[in-house]
Amino acid sequence: MARQITFQQAINEALDQEMARDERIVILGEDIVGGAGAPGEIDAWGGVMGVTKGLHGKYGDRLMDTPISESAFVGAAIGAAATGLRPVVELMFNDFMGVCFDQILNQAAKFRYMFGGKAETPVVIRTMIGAGVRAAAQHSQSLYSMFTHVPGLKCVVPSNPYDAKGLLIESIRDNDPVIFFEHKKLYRLEGDVPEESFTVPFGEAEIVREGGDVTIVTLAEMVHESTKAAEILQQEGLECEVIDLRTTSPLDEETILESVENTGRVVVVDEANPRCSMATDIAALVAGAGFSSLKAPVRMVTAPHTPVPFNDSLEDLYKPDANKIVAAVREVSEYQTWKTAASKS
Amino acid sequence: MQLTKDELIEAYRLMKTIREFEEQVHLEFSAGQIPGFVHLYAGEEACAVGVCTHLSREDSIASTHRGHGHCIAKGVDVHGMMAELFGRKTGLCGGKGGSMHVADLDLGMMGANGIVGGGPPLVCGAALAAKRQGKGNVAVAFVGDGGSNQGTTFESLNLAKIWNLPAIFVVENNGYAEATAASYSVGAESIAERGRGFGLPAVQVDGHDFLAVYEAAGEAIERARRGEGPSLLECRLNRFYGHFEGDAQTYRGEDEVKSLREDQDCLLRLSQEATASGEVDPAEFAAIDSEVEALIKDTVEAAKAAPQPDAEDLLTDVYVSY
Repeated sequence: MARQITFQQAINEALDQEMARDERIVILGEDIVGGAGAPGEIDAWGGVMGVTKGLHGKYGDRLMDTPISESAFVGAAIGAAATGLRPVVELMFNDFMGVCFDQILNQAAKFRYMFGGKAETPVVIRTMIGAGVRAAAQHSQSLYSMFTHVPGLKCVVPSNPYDAKGLLIESIRDNDPVIFFEHKKLYRLEGDVPEESFTVPFGEAEIVREGGDVTIVTLAEMVHESTKAAEILQQEGLECEVIDLRTTSPLDEETILESVENTGRVVVVDEANPRCSMATDIAALVAGAGFSSLKAPVRMVTAPHTPVPFNDSLEDLYKPDANKIVAAVREVSEYQTWKTAASKS
Repeated sequence: MQLTKDELIEAYRLMKTIREFEEQVHLEFSAGQIPGFVHLYAGEEACAVGVCTHLSREDSIASTHRGHGHCIAKGVDVHGMMAELFGRKTGLCGGKGGSMHVADLDLGMMGANGIVGGGPPLVCGAALAAKRQGKGNVAVAFVGDGGSNQGTTFESLNLAKIWNLPAIFVVENNGYAEATAASYSVGAESIAERGRGFGLPAVQVDGHDFLAVYEAAGEAIERARRGEGPSLLECRLNRFYGHFEGDAQTYRGEDEVKSLREDQDCLLRLSQEATASGEVDPAEFAAIDSEVEALIKDTVEAAKAAPQPDAEDLLTDVYVSY
């Protein structure tokens, strides 16, 4: 039987194997060792989610706790990347991009273009996304679309332990700035992960379930809700093809469009807010390049245009889930145009 | 920290190169030949050269929107710079960066920066890289009095201190952040005082006095090279032109700029001191002046004759691979 480890262990293993391979890799972030300067245990936390736990013992001062100064330490990781190191920096929650976005948006993302192709900025910014743990409005967002919007950045959004490891190793070896989004509800998810080092390439979505009736395009934790929905719908005789984007920049347009060519019906499932989102981006892609295949309007299942609420029942209502996806798939599968009505008669 | 005659002459040549570059950019911009936003460094030359004379190409600097002087002082090619300002394909950045983003990473010049306070965090990173590489290299962040009010600068002073980084923060206090006076916008008695507040050795020097800047910067840079951590250097100086080219400077006092050129010209001061002491013959400076004038004239002519970028260049250089 293949070895099973958690999403969190997969990330730790990727960091460990890469640090052993390449001395230029350093890890910076708040409490990523934990306990720096304090009288108790060193390596007390290993990051707020324990992802980097144990690495300090192996790699010592290549892991550095930072003050709560995101602009300075995210910027420092970027500056170090431009001058010879290959830093992995942890931005504890992606919501904190508000206090360091200039360094990502105007510095890291722009160097190569502004400097006429002469800069390389091999930095990885690991950051946590996602609602569902009652963490309220400032610790629960999924902001990957904001980063995906910015040319010069690559955006990685893994949904399972295998991809987490392979995509993180790919991210660390990549020579462009990469934002690596980890959904907080996935850390304990177990899955088959090879012990040896391997990479998963960017820009290749995965078809996690094949089906010819409706295409569900999704990412991160929503891959699992979408798969659940697909299982329910299978009982009704509807076969869904579930596509896990894996990276939003670069985006695998081909896999999406090929699937739409077969199904003609699309539901996009995205935990983020709906305006200017991955959901609208994919809907626009399909409406443009996949127009001739479409048999129904593209349907989006997203959070509403609100911040994430604290109250548990409100937060559950906020998040897309299998039931909402089932309803959307039924709607698009039942949709009849004159074209589909005519072909059935 | 005694300068040899050759070093002094080289410093003068660099300062004159910056001055002449900026004077020509001023003329070409006024004539409508240079597009976009341009911020001139004329008047502040002693600071860039006084600091960068201590640096090798393995040392890094990060600059500001007023970055031409730092580039030249760090050894960046003036032909490439001028072509870049004109937006030409032969420019240092292929015409995609312009005045505010001139950079040459091979020379440790991490870029002029369009974001006030953008550089200090980057310099912490370059200093961290230098520290890990262990070759005694340093990184210098140039910031203005305006940039000294940014949170990024405060955060970086603290980070550099707690990590004992070989970083030097050079604050060029020219008295104005755009049109707002430092006397209004800087709450501390001096910006050096702020550095001390973060636990850094910090001094204030007359930024028109090349030798004073050279000496103070040398101490700070040597301290960093010895592994004794970051310092802050506040240079009090003046810019001869406005915040940007086209700035009517109505916020400045009447005749303020005119008297600056008479009383506070760092180039004149350096050449007068060196000739008065008999160290350098005035004819030597005059010879440098004509060489530099010819060089800069040539950069302008070459830039004007250089090709525009190709349409395909729009889409390249976004990523190393995508």
